[in-house]
Amino acid sequence: MEIEQIEILEFLKRHSPFQELPADLLEPLALSIDIAYFKADSEILRFNEPISALHLIRSGAVETFRRNGDLYNRLSEGGIFGEQGLLRGGKVHFPANALEDTLIYLIPEKVFHQLFNESDFFADYVEVGDSERLKTNKARVQASSDLLSATIGSLLSRAPVSIVSDASVRQATQLMTEQNVSSLLIVQHSDNDSDSGKLVGIVTDKDIRARLIAPGLDPEIPVSEIMSADPPSIDYQQYIFEAMTLMLRYNLNHLPVLKRGQAVGVIAISDIIRYESQNSLFVVSRIFRQQTLAELQALVPDVQACFLRMVNEDANSQMIGSAMAAIGRSFKQRLLELAEAELGPPPVPYCFLALGSMARDEQLILTDQDNALILDNRFDPPQHDRYFEQLAHYVSDGLAACGYSYCTGKVMATNPQWRQPLRVWQQYFKQWMQQTTAERLLHSSIFFDIDGVWGRTRWAEYLQAQVSQQARQYPLFLASMARNALSRTPPLGFFKDFVMEQDGKQNNSLNIKRRGTAPFVDLIRVHALAVGSEASNSFKRLTDIIDAGVLPKGRGEDLRDAFELISLTRTRHQAAAISQGTEPDNNVLPEQLSEFERKHLKEAFQVLNNAQKFLKFHFKA
Amino acid sequence: MLYLGPDQANRVQHVHNISDWQHYYQHQARVVEHPLLQQFYNAGMVPASTPLNQVPFVALDFETTGLNVDTNSIVSIGLVPFNLQVVFSSRARQWLVKPRFRLTDHSVTVHRITHSEVENAADLTQILPEFLPLLAGKVAVVHYKQIERAFLSAALQVRFGEGLLFPVVDTLDLEARLHRARPLSLWDKLRRRQQESLRLDASRNRYNLPPYRPHHATTDAIACAELLQAQVHHRFSFDTPISDLWC
Repeated sequence: MEIEQIEILEFLKRHSPFQELPADLLEPLALSIDIAYFKADSEILRFNEPISALHLIRSGAVETFRRNGDLYNRLSEGGIFGEQGLLRGGKVHFPANALEDTLIYLIPEKVFHQLFNESDFFADYVEVGDSERLKTNKARVQASSDLLSATIGSLLSRAPVSIVSDASVRQATQLMTEQNVSSLLIVQHSDNDSDSGKLVGIVTDKDIRARLIAPGLDPEIPVSEIMSADPPSIDYQQYIFEAMTLMLRYNLNHLPVLKRGQAVGVIAISDIIRYESQNSLFVVSRIFRQQTLAELQALVPDVQACFLRMVNEDANSQMIGSAMAAIGRSFKQRLLELAEAELGPPPVPYCFLALGSMARDEQLILTDQDNALILDNRFDPPQHDRYFEQLAHYVSDGLAACGYSYCTGKVMATNPQWRQPLRVWQQYFKQWMQQTTAERLLHSSIFFDIDGVWGRTRWAEYLQAQVSQQARQYPLFLASMARNALSRTPPLGFFKDFVMEQDGKQNNSLNIKRRGTAPFVDLIRVHALAVGSEASNSFKRLTDIIDAGVLPKGRGEDLRDAFELISLTRTRHQAAAISQGTEPDNNVLPEQLSEFERKHLKEAFQVLNNAQKFLKFHFKA
Repeated sequence: MLYLGPDQANRVQHVHNISDWQHYYQHQARVVEHPLLQQFYNAGMVPASTPLNQVPFVALDFETTGLNVDTNSIVSIGLVPFNLQVVFSSRARQWLVKPRFRLTDHSVTVHRITHSEVENAADLTQILPEFLPLLAGKVAVVHYKQIERAFLSAALQVRFGEGLLFPVVDTLDLEARLHRARPLSLWDKLRRRQQESLRLDASRNRYNLPPYRPHHATTDAIACAELLQAQVHHRFSFDTPISDLWC
């Protein structure tokens, strides 16, 4: 059947969740659509009235509202609304108004339900309820991380160097020298276009040695006489482990990579070794083998590569956060070993602390150093402090050289205030909880995420235990912490290429840390303190919070999914910057996000927003 | 949709000035002889005082080989029923029509309807029993009224020996009322001010309606229906009597 609704069909093919549908669903859909025009500022859907169609914006813009009149969403071309109403008994759930002159495609209820039943993608996309959709998305992320799904394509760094089969060996070696390569692809020389450029063989340094020099042949013979004809090859979309298997089986050092039958590169065994060495375990073990600061510093590109690799393999934010924290911790530990080797053994025992994201196992690539020193109670400043001051500077400068910039708030062991004996620390912590001030609250939010990385690490555990036992005895402290946790709020969502705020204002970019991950961490910390959790990691804290039963049913799980999604968005944003060779930051531009990501992010923000409201109510903040 | 080709032989029929279409239909139902036409007029027509939001509309678009009803033919017909709230594009119809006169290469390029396609198309006589009931009882809406009514009437005259007359609302005419109410002054001409274009896409653009691919009968009919919805929302009211718009 020739489809008559060309315009409608073409439009559907440009927008999610329709473009993902198979043709046998898409064409009947296009034929089922009716159209309605709404003038700017006119009402499209009224609360609780019957709704019988999914609304798809063909042109114009629409605002949807909550029952209390608060803005719920602002949508433009390609946006859909009315799905909640259709899924919840056929009554309008979020009323809608035309913001501009708007043309709406109406997808009949019956067709909507049919798509919902027949396409998982469509169902996921329009699924009612924040938690459901986030969970599906998360499940997808976890499934793919199990596959270790890095493909050959990610190893290719340069275009292949090739020569035609009737060139001489001399010409071939000249080209190899010129291009500084150890292998050369041999392609067919043919006047017939379809065969031209077809891979027919490969020549390596070893072939020239063994098949030309050793037997004493003339370098003017054609290269085809010494090449390995019809070599095994691999498609660029195949997995790296498949390349490894192939190279092992045929004992190959070089493997041509094809894309649609054309050679697009060669991978050498050294590429695979380099790739494997980016595994975080290798990076950590190499940190401990380095003898000087300069050698440690030379590992920075490997750290970035390791981060990128984990992101590309779809690791979840917990895996990435803890791997990067482990690397950071290893740098500290190795620097302390080197410092002790240079300064001699410490005059009294000490514990070197990691604070903030490293202590929480939530480190990313862009991070500053928060650290401190707990000293033995026998610490005598005139006698001992010179040593620890030098130690602190050695580590702090070393970390800065390895990419962990100095803490702008001076939360570092180089600051005498944060280089104190255990009893002073215990006093600090007590004071901060008993009598809150703005400064002490800030300290609490930094120092209560604590991890001992070197020396008497159990002292860090003492402090941790002190906090978890005492914090809930100070409701005023908890209320102040809660108030602090509410100072940073998420946006409402996205509209066109803008970030849309709760009040409808629009901004160009979104600081995903300040507006996303940081308020999440703060919120989780307050609940964790209130339930006496001893964990530092936000996900572990969340488990303790859920077990304590303080959140309404299901909310804790929603929080976990939403936090994971926002963290992953931030992680991927930084990974994208690194792969493009730019400085990673936290500013996400809406145009960098897909329609799918925006929709999920909006829901994750909504979860955070609701959780903040609950926090405010729960702690009377 | 009309294509203003190089030979603008503008020989279209002019119809009588009818304002009471309901009465006209009643009269015609008694005098026409062909059963299809009797059926058509017996479906009746809304009274002239009917408010716009109670009028059943049908947007029409004919693709033709040219503008002269005596030497050019219909090659395709697009139709979509609608009212002021909804354009029922799910009920849109399109027919390819075998032309009485041969296709010119020029019209092939415009409409993208090829010689072989129309070879297999049905003659209008076979299409009319389906088409006329969809038009019956409804007010036709077109963009540029000189085409559809004239070509349909001429085609019927040839086949049945009787013509056909029905009310149309012309969206181009409604735009012209607004933008051509006053000719350009000398001052405007000196400043090289251009007349507002009345073409379908330009008219739609003034109401923020999206651009569509032209010269496809169904799409043009839908485009025209959307345009009337927008015009009424912006410039008339739902209570405006249909007599203000039809002719």
